[in-house]
Amino acid sequence: MRFGTDPTWFDNPVITDGLPTALWETLAMSIGSALITAVLGVLVGVLLHNSSPGGITPQPTLNRVLGAVVNVGRSLPFLILMIAIIPITRFIAGTTIGWRAMVVPLTVGAVPFFARLVETSLREVSSGKVEAATMMGATRWDVTRKVLLPEALPGIVAGLTTTVIALIGYSAMAGAVGGGGLGATAMSYGYNRFQTDVMIAAVVLLVIVVQLVQVVGDRVARAVDHR
Amino acid sequence: MVDHSQTGPALAVRDLTKVFETPGSRVTALDAVSLSVPRGEIHGIVGRSGAGKSTLIRCLTGLELPTSGEVVVAGEDITRLRGAELRAARRRFGVVYQHANLLDSRTAADNIALPLEVAGWDRGDRDARVAELLDLVGLSDRAQSHPGQLSGGQQQRVGIARALAARPEILLCDEPTSALDAATTGSILALLRELRDRLGITVVIITHEPSVVREICDAVTLLGDGAVLEQGRLGEVIADPSTRLHRELIPLVEPESDGLVRLQVALGHPDATVGSIDGIIALLRHEGIEADLAAATVETIAGRRVGRLLVELADASTTERARDLLDQARLHPEVAA
Repeated sequence: MRFGTDPTWFDNPVITDGLPTALWETLAMSIGSALITAVLGVLVGVLLHNSSPGGITPQPTLNRVLGAVVNVGRSLPFLILMIAIIPITRFIAGTTIGWRAMVVPLTVGAVPFFARLVETSLREVSSGKVEAATMMGATRWDVTRKVLLPEALPGIVAGLTTTVIALIGYSAMAGAVGGGGLGATAMSYGYNRFQTDVMIAAVVLLVIVVQLVQVVGDRVARAVDHR
Repeated sequence: MVDHSQTGPALAVRDLTKVFETPGSRVTALDAVSLSVPRGEIHGIVGRSGAGKSTLIRCLTGLELPTSGEVVVAGEDITRLRGAELRAARRRFGVVYQHANLLDSRTAADNIALPLEVAGWDRGDRDARVAELLDLVGLSDRAQSHPGQLSGGQQQRVGIARALAARPEILLCDEPTSALDAATTGSILALLRELRDRLGITVVIITHEPSVVREICDAVTLLGDGAVLEQGRLGEVIADPSTRLHRELIPLVEPESDGLVRLQVALGHPDATVGSIDGIIALLRHEGIEADLAAATVETIAGRRVGRLLVELADASTTERARDLLDQARLHPEVAA
């Protein structure tokens, strides 16, 4: 219950003390999982593309298995995925609560999403460029490292920006199962205890973070795009 | 420089056949194609779309495995090579593409350096070679530009420099000027000719543009439905009025039929006794046949003046006599209308 005498806004300790910690937790779990996702997603994306029928090392079986795993990962709603893989989270992180533990389900949820975006960017690299490198006597590793990835980089950066924003969204959901962060604060104070000021402050912070990520992502994508 | 210690053609293709088989269909893309290109020569391969030009270039470079036949470069049959050996053999070719196929992520200089990186050159050697090549194609001031900042002609120059980077023996050009305007086409063709003259490199140009063949080829192969239709030294092929190349490379705009009798005559055949337009008209008038020139295309190709003329006769009854006269002079007359 809430009474008119309760301190609000900048007199509310939930906002002055609780929110900075929650913001830190949100950033920590988003950035932590984004870093791991960037590496694993590029790896899986390259495997998906290169093993595809039109890729540089067609591997139909590997491609189909990997594609199926990625599709399963993408079709599970994050809330369900998060709960379903709790044993894996405990195994890797040693716990299932706190932002460190949340990095595990966030990464598992984001890698298939980002991998597909990477695959799409790689597919857009013109086959003529790949052929030109092949004709120079380039190995498949040369083609991947010197042609496919650098040429697809603007698209991959844009994909990573989208993925990080999705991760921030997922991280709010992580609060529901003890992950902490802005989502948890907004839910337990703003929603359950009717502290509208906390809810608004949490939402504003999330909007600012997402805007910043988008602006930075766009800048980087433009800087690496020489087309 | 031309390596005189190596004899034999730079590129020899023997009975190259490629059949694409899918359930229910069988397409012969290349049908026993043979050609031989001596060192330092510019050889044009022409033909309409679907004639087999693209398949030929893919088979030449081992991107496509032919059904049968050989592609011999420096004594090695490319079609038998795999893996590292094939990659090494591919470095004997420098390929220039229609759309340059430069990497947008790299500057002009770094694009030219790519084949050197792939071939394992160290940094210092790469930089020196790239500077040399930029100078060769006249783009030293654009070294740090990305392809998007270069014009189509400049991109193609970078493409040519890249193709030459690892010192290939054969420059393979796949429609190198088809995406360029006429003036740029001229400058790219002049560059290719200059490179041949200065470096002694062998050039194979695949094109559908008659002007490219007219301007720089020493020899030509006409492909049709995957087979060689005509082949030979450009000067010889073009002077022979019975060839298709003669007609395609010396286009004659024929005026609309208006009832007058016209004879088509070939100029420049080595056996002809008359070699000029005036001479042909004079030959007829001398015999009392009133004749005039209706249309003509005359070109200097491979150092030889060749052309096609349309001679108009004032009196249809003189047709037979005019034809005989021109025939005796080995001018290959044909009644056009």
